[in-house]
Amino acid sequence: MDFEFLSQTFLKLLHGIPVTLELATLSLMLGACLALAFAVIRVRRIRPLNWLVIGYVYVFRGTPLLVQLFIIYYGLAQFPEIRSSFAWTYLREPYWCALLALTLNTAAYGSEILRGALLSVPRGQIMAARACGMSGLLLFRRISFPIALRQALPAYGNEFILMIKATSLASLVTLADVTGIAARIIAETYRPVEVFVAAGTIYLALSYGLILLVRLAEIRLNPDQREPAPGAGVSAARKEVNP
Amino acid sequence: MLETLAMFGFGPDGWGPAMLRAAANTVAVAAAGFALGGGLGILVAWAKIAGNAPLRWLAAGYTTVLRGIPDLLVIYLFYFGSGLLLTPIAHMFGAEGFVSLPGFLAGMGAIGVVSGAYHAEVIRGAFYSVSTGELEAATAIGMPRLLKFRRITLPLVARHALPGLGNVWQMVLKESALISVTGLVEIMRQAQIGSSFTRQPFTFYFAAGVLFLTITILSGLIFNRLEHRYSRGRA
Repeated sequence: MDFEFLSQTFLKLLHGIPVTLELATLSLMLGACLALAFAVIRVRRIRPLNWLVIGYVYVFRGTPLLVQLFIIYYGLAQFPEIRSSFAWTYLREPYWCALLALTLNTAAYGSEILRGALLSVPRGQIMAARACGMSGLLLFRRISFPIALRQALPAYGNEFILMIKATSLASLVTLADVTGIAARIIAETYRPVEVFVAAGTIYLALSYGLILLVRLAEIRLNPDQREPAPGAGVSAARKEVNP
Repeated sequence: MLETLAMFGFGPDGWGPAMLRAAANTVAVAAAGFALGGGLGILVAWAKIAGNAPLRWLAAGYTTVLRGIPDLLVIYLFYFGSGLLLTPIAHMFGAEGFVSLPGFLAGMGAIGVVSGAYHAEVIRGAFYSVSTGELEAATAIGMPRLLKFRRITLPLVARHALPGLGNVWQMVLKESALISVTGLVEIMRQAQIGSSFTRQPFTFYFAAGVLFLTITILSGLIFNRLEHRYSRGRA
């Protein structure tokens, strides 16, 4: 293996990281907001919307992301109405199309994760909150949502990594993310092994960074499961009473 | 609307037969990759459960690396990497230019290696959820190791692994869309060809989506039946 070529490739691939990370974080954040709305609609069984969300999740989880991306990027141009509308300024840009496809896709998977988490909030907690006089939004914000978030975090961590990997499809609509640059270097040099090693290292590093962040968030969100600090008698006593 | 339906019909100008052939290719390459991944997965799961330390590290490295790298990169590695090996050999026989594995084999290899990592995790989880009493009973009754594996361990692990394997299959099926980059005429590639021919990309990619959804739904039904069959006699 040629280490000089490897390090040169690695440096070139670094330029793709901003696009990869941007697509991943933006789509995950937007997707999580959509997913939360969808999950609440499913859990509360808000009638007509409920059916729509079920269909949406089914279709988006049952078809490849590549199909969704190509329908948005190549497909929508078929309609003159869309090409003449204001949305066209965004929909003709591969970046916005990739972001839209990734967001819609992760929203479908995320909504199922959040739905499961919301359903697993113990009834007793909600009843206790009601007994205190909380209702509606306050109860959701203070009780249901934080408890559901703890439940959802490990599964959502997996979704983060899947999305980092999924951003690589953006290279197929001409974006220069890490995979896009890698594909170009392979086509120019025919040295797939070195390029694969360099690009793979970058993706693994990104994934592990994310896993680390999720672990930290888990520790922060579950204060009851933390090791008591040395000499912290009060919290240690509480731990015994309420394991 | 009618025109669109006619376009996917089976007449002389219809794209119906081509799309269906492409769908058959998708299922074939996905199934081949799934089978390859299953074989790899069993080996890796065995290494993780019963291997010595170096084997375990190797297996752990394999599953973590392959689950963290985009499938598209692995497909490029197989497609262009096989060219690296095959082009000099083909040139000895008088071929010219870039020679690589056919798209089907490259795609199958890539999908197999990627899904092997997921298979391994599913199988390992299933193995640990088999109650040890049943395995010990087989040993106590005097079954030789292979017979015990075939009659007891494998069916019990299969029962626990089926739901997970169903998920892996759905993932493999959707991944197979990426194999279109190698030029293999599966659903996505056929849709690309159709849309550049007719200038109706939406219609063709939509049809591709419908085909994928149909395959997903059908295979979901099959896996449900299998799960039902393999959990007979469970309390």
